Amino acid sequence: MTHVVTDNCRGCRYTDCVASCPVACFHLNEARVYIDPELCIDCSACIPACPVHAIVEEFDLAEDQQHWIDINAKASVRYPLIRAKLPPLDGADDRRRALGY
Amino acid sequence: MTIGTAAQPLRIAIVGSGPSGFYAAEALLDSSHCIEVDMIERLPVPYGLVRHGVAPDHAKLKSVTSLFDGIARREGFRLFGNVEMGRDVTATQLQAMYHAVIVATGADGDRALDIPGEELDGVHAAADFVGWYNGRPECANLRFDLSKEVVAVIGQGNVAIDVCRMLALPVSALRSTDIAGHALDALAGSRVREIHLVGRRGPAQAKFTPKELRELGTLPGWQVIVDPAALELNDASRAEAADPGSPFIAKNLQVLRGFASQSRTTSRAIHLHFERAPVAMHGEERVQALMLQWQRLEGQAGQQRAVQTEREERLEAGLVFRSVGYCGTRLPGLPFDAVRGVIPNTGGRVTDECGSILPGWYATGWIKRGPTGLIGTNRLDSVETVERLVEDLPLLGVPRIGRAALQAALAERGQRVISFDDWLMIERAERENGQRSGKLSEKFVNVAHMLDAVQRSRVEVGQC
Repeated sequence: MTHVVTDNCRGCRYTDCVASCPVACFHLNEARVYIDPELCIDCSACIPACPVHAIVEEFDLAEDQQHWIDINAKASVRYPLIRAKLPPLDGADDRRRALGY
Repeated sequence: MTIGTAAQPLRIAIVGSGPSGFYAAEALLDSSHCIEVDMIERLPVPYGLVRHGVAPDHAKLKSVTSLFDGIARREGFRLFGNVEMGRDVTATQLQAMYHAVIVATGADGDRALDIPGEELDGVHAAADFVGWYNGRPECANLRFDLSKEVVAVIGQGNVAIDVCRMLALPVSALRSTDIAGHALDALAGSRVREIHLVGRRGPAQAKFTPKELRELGTLPGWQVIVDPAALELNDASRAEAADPGSPFIAKNLQVLRGFASQSRTTSRAIHLHFERAPVAMHGEERVQALMLQWQRLEGQAGQQRAVQTEREERLEAGLVFRSVGYCGTRLPGLPFDAVRGVIPNTGGRVTDECGSILPGWYATGWIKRGPTGLIGTNRLDSVETVERLVEDLPLLGVPRIGRAALQAALAERGQRVISFDDWLMIERAERENGQRSGKLSEKFVNVAHMLDAVQRSRVEVGQC
C-alpha cells in the first residue's frame, strides 16, 4: 500500500502536502508532484492537506485510476525531491474552482 | 554580536525526542544559520510516541524513525538521553545556557471521564494499555484482566481503534513485531471475544482515519457490527460529510456503510456505538457494566454538540478502556493551560497565562496544539515554530555557552547521559534479544536495563 497523487494536482501544484509529509517523499516537475512509494509510510497526513483532493490511498483508487500507482513510482525516481511548500502554479485557483473545490 | 555564525552559533535546546522534537531539529538544521541543537530526552531511548505509541503491527509507520536517525547524524545535532528537565536540569538553567528552548514533550496524560464508578478495578486509560504493549517503562508492570470476554473501549479516535485492533489481532500477527514480550504473553491467553467501541458523537464527527477504520474490518475471525440506523445522518452531519475540507468524513461513512451491510458470520465481533455517552460504571470492586446515555446531535454543521436524551442503556463489560483524549503535563517552571492540557503559546511562542510572550521559550507538537493530527502534522507544526524562532533572532542575541554548560551541569550531578551512539547500542541489543525469539526487537522496558546495555556494549568495544 502507498498513497498516490492523481490528476487533480496537474496545473495546481499547491504543495501543502509537502509540508505535512513526515518522510520527505514528494518529488516535483513543472506541472505537479509525485509520491515515492518506497518512502511513503501511509500516515495519510497529506490527504486532508491537498486543496483539490489529488491524493488518495492506493486502496481508494478507482478501477480507471490504477495507472497512477505506476506513474507515481516512476516519476518520483526521475524528478527532484521537494521538501518545503512552494507558491502554487499560476492559474491554480482557477483550476481548483474548475475542479469544484 | 550576530548569532547564528561560526563564531557564535545559535544554541538551541529541544526538550523531547518524539516526532515534533525531531522535526524542529530538522527545520533548525535546514536554516541558513550556524546552529547547535541539543535534544534532551527523559528516557535513554528516543522517538517518543513512535516508539511507545504507534502500534507494533504498524511497522511502516514506525519506519519514520529512519528519517529521525538521519537528522540525528547531522552536524550540529546532539542527543542528551536520560536527562529530564525539572529533574536533572531546571528550566531556569536551560534558559541561561541556550539562546532558546523548544518544548516538544507531547501529551502523555490521559483525560478522565469524571463519571461515577470510573475508579473501579478493570477501568483503564487506553494510553496505559498502549504504553504497556509498546514496552513503555512506566507501564511495564501494569496488569489488564484479559480473562474477561467483553470489553468496552470509550473513544472515537485512532487510539481507540488501535486498542480494539490489538485486543482482536491473533497473536500470530504480533509474534514477529517489536511488541513487548509481557504483552505478547498476556494477549496469547486473552479470552476477549466481544469489543464495544463507544462514543458520544456521530459517525460523521468521529476522528478515526479511514485507513485505521477499514483495517478493523480485516481482522481474521472478527467482524465489525454497525447498526445501519446509526448511519442515518441529520442535515448538519450530511453537510459536514460533504465539506471538501474534511475528506476523511465521507470515506469513514463509506467504510461504515460497508460494515453495516454485512450479515453476521463470525462469533467474535467489534460493535461500534455512536451517540452514546457513558454516564456511570457499575460493579462491586471490579467494573461489570457501563451505563450509556443516548445522545442527540444539535447545532449547525461543524458546530454540533452531543446533547443528552432521557434514554439509557446498560452495557455489560468486564474491562473498560477510556480514550477520550491525551493531555499534556505541566512542566516545572513553565506556564500551563490546564484546561487544554497545553503550554499557552501564539504560533509556537510560549506565553504566560496572561498572553505575554516569554522570550526564548517555544513549543511544538502536541504540547503546543493539543493531541490532534497525524505524524506528518507535527512537521508542519515544528516548521511554524522554528520560523517564529528565526524571526526572533535579533531578540535572542545574548551570548550563550550552550552544550558545554549543559555537559558541565550534568557532570556535576553525576548524570549518565545517553548519546545517539549509545542509543544505537541499546537498539542493537534490543534487536539481538528479539532475534532469539523470532521478533523484530525485544525492547528493554526498564531504564536500568537500557543503561546496562550501553555499559556492556561500551566494554565490548573497549570504550571503558
